Amino acid sequence: MGCSDKTGMQEQPSIQRLIVTGSSTAAPLVSDIAKRFEQSQPDIRIDIQTGGSSRGITDAGNGLADIGLSSRALTLNEKEILQCHTLAQDGVCFLIHKNNPIQKITNKQLKNIYTGKTTNWKQLGGLDKEITVIQRAQGRSEVSLVCQYFDVKPSDIKADLIAGENQQGIKMVANDESAIVYMSVGTSEYEVSRGTPIKLLPLKSIPATAENVAKGDYPLSRPLIFVTQSHPSQLVSKFIEFAQSPQVNDLIKDHSFVSITTR
Amino acid sequence: MSLSPLDKRWFWLCRFFAFTCALIICFIILFLFVESIPAIQSIGLERFFNDSSWHPTPDPSTGSFNLSAMLVGTLAATLGAIIFAGPLGILAAIFCHFYAPKQIAYLFRRMIELLAGIPSVVFGFWGLVTLAPIIRNLAPPGPSLCAGIIILTMMILPTVVLLSDAAIKNIPKKYIEGAAALGLSRWSTIKSIVIRASKEGLSNAIMLATGRAIGETMAVVMVCGNIAQIPNSLFDPIRTLTANIALELGYATGQHRSSLFFSGLLLLGIITMMVLISEKLKSEAIRD
Repeated sequence: MGCSDKTGMQEQPSIQRLIVTGSSTAAPLVSDIAKRFEQSQPDIRIDIQTGGSSRGITDAGNGLADIGLSSRALTLNEKEILQCHTLAQDGVCFLIHKNNPIQKITNKQLKNIYTGKTTNWKQLGGLDKEITVIQRAQGRSEVSLVCQYFDVKPSDIKADLIAGENQQGIKMVANDESAIVYMSVGTSEYEVSRGTPIKLLPLKSIPATAENVAKGDYPLSRPLIFVTQSHPSQLVSKFIEFAQSPQVNDLIKDHSFVSITTR
Repeated sequence: MSLSPLDKRWFWLCRFFAFTCALIICFIILFLFVESIPAIQSIGLERFFNDSSWHPTPDPSTGSFNLSAMLVGTLAATLGAIIFAGPLGILAAIFCHFYAPKQIAYLFRRMIELLAGIPSVVFGFWGLVTLAPIIRNLAPPGPSLCAGIIILTMMILPTVVLLSDAAIKNIPKKYIEGAAALGLSRWSTIKSIVIRASKEGLSNAIMLATGRAIGETMAVVMVCGNIAQIPNSLFDPIRTLTANIALELGYATGQHRSSLFFSGLLLLGIITMMVLISEKLKSEAIRD
């Protein structure tokens, strides 16, 4: 499909298209990266469609997309036929209200809270208050990550409330001194810096900070990855190289993720 | 009666526009059907009402797809809002016409119009940061059916007031004058003449308000708590059908996605039924 410009004296090179599908967590970031890439390469168009990490991996596998986006690592089987390129890291942390005296929590205690075995902060040495357990909407990658981490099924989780968007979760915790929720470390740190009355709980005694996620010390994190066939085309490699370069670090930071090139 | 050439042109133009409007609805319904067919085929209609819970997965064999909690949530929130907003709105409109001094009635109408113009996300936000904490002090966790009903009542109130107001305004003046000539008191006039004469308009107001309450999404997501369960009390969190779609569509794939389209179809079915019932009531009212 040549979209040549007839009015120009020079013959323009035909426009090349890259199709990217997958993770809705990574898509907004990749969309911004793509915009910047297109500015420097006017003959390239990048189409981004969301539909979840699984779709991204499938599409990349059967060639429907040039690049698949995933917010989970590839399984061993998938690794045999596909190549993955890490774009950024994102941690997931547990958040409580700033006035909640709890300072640290064990994995077992967290699991008990989320499965309904612990219902009062007093049982953990806190105030005598019922715990408001906030779960995230089904299908979000945080949900599967946390369930995998605690080795529970989503249907085992006994929640009082469900938050969709990150902002809703933040507001719920900021307005309820007995609530607990989990979400992206980047988003949470950003809210704390703005003075929102929330507190990030350390996990396995490791403070939930973007820095610890970047170092790989923080236990609950997920990579945002590009998935391609084992021999990606030149154009695909060029875009991935661009997305992994320090030129896009500001965009990664804007989206509250951790760049792999920061350290 | 033959049409002049200009009339003919108008006739075709109007026909075309009316046809376009109808076509849009048809396309939406068709789209919903096409998208929900995979779920209906692989999951089956019964499972949407008989499964143990709503824990959908892209693969129908591992997930459970019970929509009835959401159905109950939608109906409970809507019914609750109508119970409050209906009488409140109609009585406010009556106050506006028969009891309020002119300036106050004018001011009141402008304020109600302002209330109608507030975007739903603002209601939701207010509900999340102000109303939910108040309710939590009474009965935790705060975001609940009760919060949803209060927010929805506030959102549909302007619809009820403004449409009832218009319906009352449409009553022929001679009815009121006749009542005055008979020496009826103001309350008797309202009770036996105004409400009867504007019955159709008033029920229309309620119907449109119900439609708005059923379809409301953003505010409901923010204040209802979104737990997919059949509530035992006013203070239990609920999830409505619209909230379910808004929460999960962005992350849904496979049969999960398709079953969300099915829930949209279900919603459309409820609204269709409501329209049919109101038409039936209307035609009966005319026959009376």
